[in-house]
Amino acid sequence: MKHLKKIAASALALSLAATSMAYAGGAKIGMITTLSGGGSGLGIDVRDGFMLAINQSDNKDVEVVIEDDARKPELAVQIADKMIQSEKVDILTGIIWSNLAMAVIPSATAQGKFYLSPNAGPSPLAGKGCHPNYFNVAWQNDNLHEAMGAYANSVGYKNSYILAPNYPAGKDALTGYKRFYEGDLAGEVYTKLGATDYAAEIAQIRASGADSVFFFLPGGMGIAFMKQYAASGVDIPVLGPAFSFDQGILGAVGDAALGVKNSSQWSKDLDNEANKAFVASFQEAYGRLPSLYASQGFDTANLILSALEGADVKDADAFRAALKVAEFDSVRGDFRFGNNQHPIQNIYVREVVKEGDVLTNKIVGLGLEQHQDAYAQECGM
Amino acid sequence: MTAALFFEQLLNGLQFGVTLFLMAAGLTLVFGVMGLINLAHGSLYMVGAFACAAVAAATGSFWLGLVASIVAAAFAGALIEMTVIRRLYNRDHLDQVLATFALILIFSEGCRFIFGSFPLFLDVPAILAGPITLPGGLPYPIYRLSIIVVGGLVALGLYLLIAKTRLGIRIRAGEADREMIAALGVDIRTLYTIVFALGAGLAGFAGALVGALQSVQVGMGEPVLILAFVVIVIGGIGSIKGALIASILVGIVDTLGRVSLPSLFGLFMDPSAANSIGSSLSSMLIYVLMAVVLIFKPEGLVSQNG
Amino acid sequence: MASLSRETLLNIFLTIGMLALPFVATAIDEPFYITLATRVAILGLAGVGLNLALGTGGLVSFGHAAFFGLGGYAAGILASHALNYTPIMESPFLIEGTNQMLIIWLVAIIVSGIGAYLIGLLSLRTSGVYFIMITLAFAQMIYYFAISWPAYGGEDGLSIYVRNAFPGVNTLDPQGFYFICFALLMAGIWLSATLKNSRFGAALQSARQNEERLSAVGVKPFNIKLTAFVISGMMTGLAGALFADLNRFVSPSMLSWHMSGEIMILVILGGVGRLYGPLAGAIIYIIFEFIFGGMTEHWQFFLGLVLLGVVLFARGGVIGLIAGRARHD
Repeated sequence: MKHLKKIAASALALSLAATSMAYAGGAKIGMITTLSGGGSGLGIDVRDGFMLAINQSDNKDVEVVIEDDARKPELAVQIADKMIQSEKVDILTGIIWSNLAMAVIPSATAQGKFYLSPNAGPSPLAGKGCHPNYFNVAWQNDNLHEAMGAYANSVGYKNSYILAPNYPAGKDALTGYKRFYEGDLAGEVYTKLGATDYAAEIAQIRASGADSVFFFLPGGMGIAFMKQYAASGVDIPVLGPAFSFDQGILGAVGDAALGVKNSSQWSKDLDNEANKAFVASFQEAYGRLPSLYASQGFDTANLILSALEGADVKDADAFRAALKVAEFDSVRGDFRFGNNQHPIQNIYVREVVKEGDVLTNKIVGLGLEQHQDAYAQECGM
Repeated sequence: MTAALFFEQLLNGLQFGVTLFLMAAGLTLVFGVMGLINLAHGSLYMVGAFACAAVAAATGSFWLGLVASIVAAAFAGALIEMTVIRRLYNRDHLDQVLATFALILIFSEGCRFIFGSFPLFLDVPAILAGPITLPGGLPYPIYRLSIIVVGGLVALGLYLLIAKTRLGIRIRAGEADREMIAALGVDIRTLYTIVFALGAGLAGFAGALVGALQSVQVGMGEPVLILAFVVIVIGGIGSIKGALIASILVGIVDTLGRVSLPSLFGLFMDPSAANSIGSSLSSMLIYVLMAVVLIFKPEGLVSQNG
Repeated sequence: MASLSRETLLNIFLTIGMLALPFVATAIDEPFYITLATRVAILGLAGVGLNLALGTGGLVSFGHAAFFGLGGYAAGILASHALNYTPIMESPFLIEGTNQMLIIWLVAIIVSGIGAYLIGLLSLRTSGVYFIMITLAFAQMIYYFAISWPAYGGEDGLSIYVRNAFPGVNTLDPQGFYFICFALLMAGIWLSATLKNSRFGAALQSARQNEERLSAVGVKPFNIKLTAFVISGMMTGLAGALFADLNRFVSPSMLSWHMSGEIMILVILGGVGRLYGPLAGAIIYIIFEFIFGGMTEHWQFFLGLVLLGVVLFARGGVIGLIAGRARHD
């Protein structure tokens, strides 16, 4: 609870200092994120990364309003209405889940607000539904899976068994993997969303004769799968996106995750100054290692701050242009936007390792270089 | 599907059924004796898992954690029985549903308040890690096999407890005729607290066993709770025997359904549509099973009144 | 009689308050309060629906989210086809989407009515705890189907980019839409009052209290209950269609068992069986969520405490607290 108080205190300081120290233009930012219930670890990381950047900034005219959506789409919509109608925010951000993003973003951008996504990147918003006021600072949903497909080719896997939960993001994940993977499929399985027992699937995997297993099972599903997979004695190598092997979750998976290759656009050991400073200051501020989500929150805040230096948020065209050039020191190194305002970036392959007693990731290769998502050409911008 | 794989999936179904039984036994026991429907049973399951993870992390011993899970859940059960549940015995089911729904909110947020929002680590003990080779050359996780054995022992233990002990006689008497047992001078309040704590302890024990296999996080009890309700409704509410039969039935139907439905549909449509439809239907399968059972036996397979 | 008039006074006060609210909100420049009030009206209507089964009929349905969601999806699917200019089906006959609220409401009512008929047909064979659980199970069944059915967005849900139209009212204006919802809420309350005082209502209440007596006079309690259950599902379904328009979005979370729980909580907070109970409950619930949700991320903890307090110590709900016990308690 310590850091919560700190945020509250600094938010107060920010609003008090609102009239003095005009360094760059101010802005009111509304953050809607998941702070309670299942999956709240992700929202807390995004918030903490975001607020770290805001607190480190010299710009004291930025005010952030944070509210909890409890992972409920209808609540997220209500909060968005409130932030737009009552709080009169200029920019919205913070949503973790694609289904909440689809509920909030189209109507927010239609009302002339800016939305910067620190996590979700549903395909409709990258393709036909792209919008000048919508920027994605994380990835398009398929990206990390595509990188894993490319990696599977590069190490010579020819017969993958792939599985994901039976919902749109799960289908996007397997589609993304298949878009780049060139080998055969030993099996393609959709599991029940929220399932936590994978004995039946693991038995199928053992019997399938696959040479690799690709899975996308976010949250508790992935923890359960990895532990059960390790206990089953099946030794087919496992691949997955970073979500099931990220800092917030590794502790719960335990040694079962050791050696697993996973794809991510960011890693703790990425060698650039911004990242080193971010990792050190995050650890100092919150007493834990930053996760992928924290890095995305941090980048989102820094992107907004960089744009505020050059343009007034009330001048939508100028501010949009300032966002689009993305002149900030991203913790992932090179970062630029494509025509649909989704990132064009490197996606790395990481391996889960142990540093002392702590499980973490280190980069072992490059999955896709300067990768742009598959929907960009459908976007009319 | 080969015979070996089919047998393995059958074992998986049995193991899933046994974990459901551990949950359902407490639920149905509480209903049978006190006539109470307890939605917060899933929260007690969560309490057990968190207690086990916390104690295992502090002491390094899974076994101490397992003991802690039973103690913590039974204690939490006794506590809510004495403060809240006790006032609900004479109320209608609606009040019971709502009050225990409120308890879910309180437990979930309280647990998050104490342990934070990130999942906790809990792994199977080293001695039970890894697979064992069954006769026929089939490798199978030792831990899952142990769960099947433990579940069987718990079922046997419950049977002996209810059939052979003094407490069991009182429990049966309580199910049959509440006024009578009070008239016989049995302290009914204490009996109810003990039964409730017993059910809670079983739920906590299940939470710890399953938590080691799956993940320990806030809200983990809710999906299991709904499944446990399906089980006790199919089995006949109040009947432990019914709960045992129904859990194994649900475990096997669910497991076999989710492996075989997609390939069944694959016989006459293209694979990706078959996958999609097959898995949609398999996630609904146990509810269909429940509806079918209730159409033919509205009081469940093992009726308390029959 | 004194207590009865207090309840009537309270009802009048609630009606006037709800009517005045949008004007006050506009006057103090807090347009968001209108959105909140719209939510109150819609959830209130869903609660009025449930109250008919729960309060009057004694049918403890833990699956009303199914009808709420069916209504919502009816609205979402029709509107999305209208927006994309694609027909819903072409053979054997053409069905087109629409963005006319009146047609959408009708479809939502019919669809949720059919849903309630089928679920009721099976569920009403049971009673007590079995009824609670089987209604829950049917709702879960539809929930899992909606999540995994890819055609209309699955778990991602379905967006309605532009709110549907109503003749003569600008539905994009929060006030216009609010008054539509409020009018429907009042119509719902009026309908349940009429039903309650009719011969049908009397039969339903005796179906709850004494089935044998009802059978003895030649009325089948099953049919009475089923009719009540269907009407109840229809009202909740209509509320679902409005909810979809309020959020400009439908998703499977409208079908989840938490939603069933929420609707039930509204009814209990306000007072089971009271005409205005669901409205009073919805007001309290939304205010609570608004105030505590803004203060602490642990607001559900306090919601749990309040709910527990109401169930244990204030059995008549808020209306019961203010107006005293109902006549037949």
